[in-house]
Amino acid sequence: MTALPAQWLEKDRRRLRVDEAAIGDRIYEVITALCALIVPALVVAIAVAIFAAAWPAFAKLGLSIVTSSDWDVAGGYFGAAPALFGTLVSAAVALVIATPLAIGVAIFLSEFSPAWLRQPVGFLVDLLAAIPSVVYGLWGIFVLIPLLREHVMPFLRDTLHLGSTPFFTGPAYGPSMLAAGLILAIMALPYISAVSREVLLAVPRSQREAALALGATRWEMIRDAVIPYARSGIIGGIMLGLGRALGETMAVTMVIGNRPEISASLFAPGYTMASLIANEFSEATNDLHLSALMAVGATLFVITLIVNAIARWLVWSVSRVRAR
Amino acid sequence: MRAFKLAALMLLTVGCAKEGANNSGTASSTATSSGSVDLTGAGATFPYPIYSKWFADYAQRTGVKINYQSIGSGGGIRQLSEETVDFGASDSPMSDEEMSKAKGGPIIHVPTVLGAVVITYNVPGLSAPLNLTSKAIADIFSGKITKWSDTRITSLNPGVKLPSSDILVVHRSDGSGTSYIFTDYLSKAVPAWNSSVGKGKEVKWPVGLGAKGNEGVAGQVKQTPGAIGYVELAYAKQNNLPTAAILNKGGKSILPSVAAVTAAAAGASAALPANTDYRISIVDAPGADSYPISSFTWILVYQNQRDATKGKKLVDFLNWALTDGEAEASALDYAPIPADMATKVKSKLATIRTAASK
Repeated sequence: MTALPAQWLEKDRRRLRVDEAAIGDRIYEVITALCALIVPALVVAIAVAIFAAAWPAFAKLGLSIVTSSDWDVAGGYFGAAPALFGTLVSAAVALVIATPLAIGVAIFLSEFSPAWLRQPVGFLVDLLAAIPSVVYGLWGIFVLIPLLREHVMPFLRDTLHLGSTPFFTGPAYGPSMLAAGLILAIMALPYISAVSREVLLAVPRSQREAALALGATRWEMIRDAVIPYARSGIIGGIMLGLGRALGETMAVTMVIGNRPEISASLFAPGYTMASLIANEFSEATNDLHLSALMAVGATLFVITLIVNAIARWLVWSVSRVRAR
Repeated sequence: MRAFKLAALMLLTVGCAKEGANNSGTASSTATSSGSVDLTGAGATFPYPIYSKWFADYAQRTGVKINYQSIGSGGGIRQLSEETVDFGASDSPMSDEEMSKAKGGPIIHVPTVLGAVVITYNVPGLSAPLNLTSKAIADIFSGKITKWSDTRITSLNPGVKLPSSDILVVHRSDGSGTSYIFTDYLSKAVPAWNSSVGKGKEVKWPVGLGAKGNEGVAGQVKQTPGAIGYVELAYAKQNNLPTAAILNKGGKSILPSVAAVTAAAAGASAALPANTDYRISIVDAPGADSYPISSFTWILVYQNQRDATKGKKLVDFLNWALTDGEAEASALDYAPIPADMATKVKSKLATIRTAASK
């Protein structure tokens, strides 16, 4: 602040600079505006292209693309309901597993971890996001699936007697909805934990001090003062992880068993929309088949939009509750 | 030719005008790049190893560079139809409907090599290859046989003790020529399969797990005791997978091999009419030494070549492939086309018309 009078002495020169800068500002403004317009234009262009390509299938088959379970290329039936079901269920399984784990990691790193541990653990968790999905798929085939088949699945079904519920019945082959959910959980985890960690670290110190001053234990402080403050950010992180889980293709295809059937059991193989497209697109020559695959893509697009809308609404309603 | 020189001259002039100091360099690079008109192709992944060897050898011999993208048969057919490539490649013949949509007119199917599909399995304690018939394979892959100890399997393998465990069927999840050949065989040999599942690059499998690629199927079979699946012959041989012997039309149980596949083609080609378009299926071929799950793979070219230079280079290459190229096939576990058939195909290549060169 002490330098202020000296700056005032140079008032005229500064005004000149501001004028010069204004031209730069204008250019900068135009460039950023272009960037901001190009991206939405791209999204619209992609949507238009997909829906245009999907139109022949929707016109011919109607909503049976999303409601029918009969996907028979040779017979000309394209019902992707099992893939729609598989996409939603595998993503849900992934979130159920990943969310508590990721938030646990984030809370530990922001509240309990000694400073020297915070960086390396955070870095390693973030690194999960950098592993290519085909590598996750290979790991799934060679490590996760044998482990599931020989240990986890028999343990869940027989030792824990979960076999009496419809969710853990049937033969344990390995490739299954459960395997896909687990892989997706690992892939979604770094997104949720990274966002949650940053949000928790951004909670003002005064928030914590106030809770402690009122006699809260550390756990009560986190539960009542820190997490509510960070809630909307954490939900945003979960939605980011959900987006990752919905769209993931390669790793899922490699472990899910690619069977277009709806089954309540997580041990049964399933299918997802993204893997259906990836599997069949390269060899699809028949026009209706191609268009049906585009229709599946369009449906996936719509589902992602809905999920994002729900996320926005959740974040908004949560922050509104806090403001009250 | 004159038009081409003119174009080169124009390029040169542009080059000179833009960077006068460096014009000698520009001239020489223009000359070399337009000297070898590259051919581009796209299609099947299955013959990619042998094709890429052919293209490398051919480039070394003649300087003609061929760029091939193994994007899958479907993509190859689409790109050829749109005329974005000079030739396509496919593991299954084009349908009449697909042919009628091609923008460049009539298409010739040039059989290049043969592939075969083998049945691989994971049955602990087997010392000799399993014997199967088309009926038994169809029953297993449609879920009618569910245990290895089923009499419909044990009766084919007298003296072999098979476990009473469940059979896990593994099939391809991605659209694939391998699935096409396999289901084509079952459709031809087993009427019940033909009426229930049919044939195609992707079909509605009654039972089993889908795995991506040969490696996915082989991996799943290897890991799961009791599993059975199908993969390409070349893949099975290179990875030493156990393969089943299959009863052929001649009444002999035959193990897959390059020789048995060529024998199947020879048996089928003897019966071909003179005016065949080579869109033929040789599954369940006659002959005592024929392996029954075999098929050609094709390079697809337009009969009327618009670009005279490219058209000539393409025909020259195909002639070379059918002559010298075939000798390289068996080293890569592809079966070569029988010699008399290669001669007939070459006479078919002579019907390719190129636009009159100036």
